[in-house]
Order: sequence, then structure tokens, then C-alpha cells
Amino acid sequence: MDITADLIQRALASALPEIAYSVREDYLEALKKAHARAQTQSRGYAVLDLLLQNDLQAQKEKRPLCQDTGSVWLALELSYKDRLLEDPFFGANDLVARLYKEGKLRKSIVRDALLDRTNTQTNTPVFTELKFCDAEVSTLHVLLKGGGSDNASVLKMLNPGDGLLGLKNFVLDTVIEKASKACPPLLLAIGVGGTFDTVASLAKHQLLREIGSKNPNPKLQEIEEDFMRSINALGLGPGGLGGEDTALAVHIGTAPCHIAAFPVAINMGCSALRSKSINLKELV
Amino acid sequence: MQKHIDLAKLSEVKGSLSAGDFCLLSGTLFTARDQAHIRLLNELKRSKTLPYGLEGACIFYAGPSPAKDGYVFGSVGPTTSARMDFAAPELYRAGLIATIGKGVRSENIAEVCKEEQTLYFVAVGGAACELANHVISSELVAYEDLGPEAIRKIEVKDFPVFVAIDTSGNDLLRSVAAQAYERKEKLN
Repeated sequence: MDITADLIQRALASALPEIAYSVREDYLEALKKAHARAQTQSRGYAVLDLLLQNDLQAQKEKRPLCQDTGSVWLALELSYKDRLLEDPFFGANDLVARLYKEGKLRKSIVRDALLDRTNTQTNTPVFTELKFCDAEVSTLHVLLKGGGSDNASVLKMLNPGDGLLGLKNFVLDTVIEKASKACPPLLLAIGVGGTFDTVASLAKHQLLREIGSKNPNPKLQEIEEDFMRSINALGLGPGGLGGEDTALAVHIGTAPCHIAAFPVAINMGCSALRSKSINLKELV
Repeated sequence: MQKHIDLAKLSEVKGSLSAGDFCLLSGTLFTARDQAHIRLLNELKRSKTLPYGLEGACIFYAGPSPAKDGYVFGSVGPTTSARMDFAAPELYRAGLIATIGKGVRSENIAEVCKEEQTLYFVAVGGAACELANHVISSELVAYEDLGPEAIRKIEVKDFPVFVAIDTSGNDLLRSVAAQAYERKEKLN
């Protein structure tokens, strides 16, 4: 089928502004489990309790669950069966500007990072990515990314000799240093491999995987579980105020790379995890 | 256990608060974040005093989302405090009594809090809809052109926070992180 800008806009309008009002369902389920096992007198419990109340109320009253309603990231994964005849993101900026205004969402984008930090007042431009994939259907991912958790994210070119232990060390150090700024409990999205520019995207795409789902690669699944256990043994806890549940999930994606390279990116997913993945075939 | 704090009397009770305490704040806060701090610092350098009634007051590092259906804000929650560390020591020394934000801060902030007998609270990031329920009113004070980054004077009731740095310079988040490094060494 043909993927048109009109189709992308319909998909976008099915996601916004609603996802700003609702934490992702898989995150909410994991949060409920953490809440149920936390000690009721602990600071961690108080944080989880506030988050749970917050998420239920935001969804019910259609209010933003976080004041930072994010930058808008649109990632189109184009199926080999579909084709593009035009810029799929044409008109997306105008639509996002309208939906942010109508939905009373915060506008958080400035014109230029260095030269002109004037707020565009529209939350645009949106950030876009086009990926070709071997899936049967095309998918549009809409993700709202908070500034704080993105700031707490890191990219580092490790050395191949660092190996799995070096990777784990880097992940744990990053979590200790940055978790309290990224609004834990976290979804830790890790990309390993590719090149300097692609590893960050690989990490970001790990945010889209459902919490509680198995990694398709059993070796990676094992590593994810090991990292998760170690992170939660550090005692940083919800809000970084001490406790068990620092991370609700660790997702790792890997890719080929240069013989000299061992690129690693960690994209922090915060307690306001907001995204929707739309099967474009179902919209036609 | 929760401690109910009347912000108008914070200077009288601040010494009794310890890092880790869970508090419910009632009274006046001022919202300010990145751009507002750049401007505040410039104003402070020019006039040598804190403008807009900030002396003795508490700054909440936040940029609210627009008002919705009977609420003062759609939602309002803490932004990362460390980004304001370039200005915080001078503001504390000029008379700011407390700040509210999220996350660990530069090491010198605890020293400044001890010297100046001031506080750093953290609120829960990601709970901004619930936090907005505790905001009773809001009034624009300065820098309207900054949009969500403008300075607003807000009245809060039972606003939930934790003491992150107390007047003795105890730093909860740094202690938790230091303990995490120790635990990490034992893991390997």
C-alpha cells in the first residue's frame, strides 16, 4: 500500500493529545506491581503511591500526567511491502501545533539550541525518523520525550576490549550518577553497536518495546535480567530517594559495528513513559 | 511520618527538618527555571538585592502546563535542579530560604545550604497532575515572554516534598548515590 502524509496525520491525530494524559499501559502495570511490593513506611512507597494516584487521575481527567509534555518524536518503520510517494511527515508540524494548543499541552521547543532560544510556542518542529524494515506492515511510533530524562541519557564509544563487564560497569555508573534526575522508576533503553550516529536511535527504539516482553534474543534477555537485578540492588529507588525499584525494565538492542568500535547509548525512559505504536494497515 | 510546614514560618522551623523527611508545604512558592535564573542572576548583580519578593522565599524549579477545567495548571512538577546550580549559591546567599526540584545537585550546594542555613527539597518527578491539585492560585510575576519559564507566584496547600539537603548540609541524594557505589563494588 501507499504510505501518504494524510495517513501519517491520521495516525498522529489518533495518538495526540491522548498519550500526554496516559502513562503507557505496560508501564502502569509494572508500576502497580512495584507499588504492591514496596514497604508502606518507605520513601520509595510514598513516591510510587504519588505516581500511581497521578497516573490514574491524569487519565481520568485528561490532564497531562507530566507538565513536560515533551518533544514529539515520529518514527516511521516502513514495511518492504509498502511504498512512499511523498514526504510522509508533510503537514505534521501544523497538526502538532494545533493538537498541542487544543489539548493544552506545554510548548517546550526553542528555535535554535545555540543561536536563538526563543520558544516557538507551537512545540514544533517535531523530530522525525524514517526506517526501512522487513516487517509485514508499516508502523508509526509517536513518542513524547521529556527533557529531564533525555538530558540524563548518555552516549559513549567504549573499547571492544571492555566487553560485557565494561558495558555493565558503564550502565551501572550511569544509573548511579543520573537516575535521580531522570524520574525513576526507569525504563532503561540501551543501544549497543552501529555507528556514533545510529547507536542513539537504536537505544531510543528500545523504549518502544513493551515492558514485560521477552527480548527476541535469549542471550540479550539474560543480560537484561542480570543488569536489572544489579541496578535494583544499588538501592537508589523511586525518585532516587532510596529503595528497591530504580528500574522497571532494561531493554537492550544490538547491531553490527566496526572492528575498532563498541558504541553504547543509554536513553532513559522516565516515570512518564508516553508513546503509541500505530499499525498503519489498520488505519486504511 | 509527614511534617506539615507553613512556608511563612519556614525560617523558624527549618533547623528541625532533616534530610529524608516527608513534608507537606503550605503557603507561597515562586516558579522559576533555566532562562529565569539567567535573568535573575543579572538583576541580582545590578541591584545587589533579590527582586520580585524572593528574599526569604522558596523557588520551585518548574514550568507548568496550561490551565485546564477548573485547575490552576494542567500539571506542574519539578524540573532537574542541577541545571540551576550555576545560580543557586548566589541566590541562597542573597536570601533565598529554600528550593524545590528533582535530582542530585553539585557538591557545593550542600555546603552553601549549611553556611546559609537553607534547604533543598525534592518533589516527585512525573507526578505533576497530582502536584497541580495542591496549587490553589497563580499570579504572573515576571518574564511573561518566557511562556512556561516565566516567574509565577503560586499558593500551595499540603504540597508533598522530601527534604533532600537540610541546614546541617546532609545531602540525601548524595548519600544514596554513595551507598550505591559501595553496593556496586560488592556486586562484581
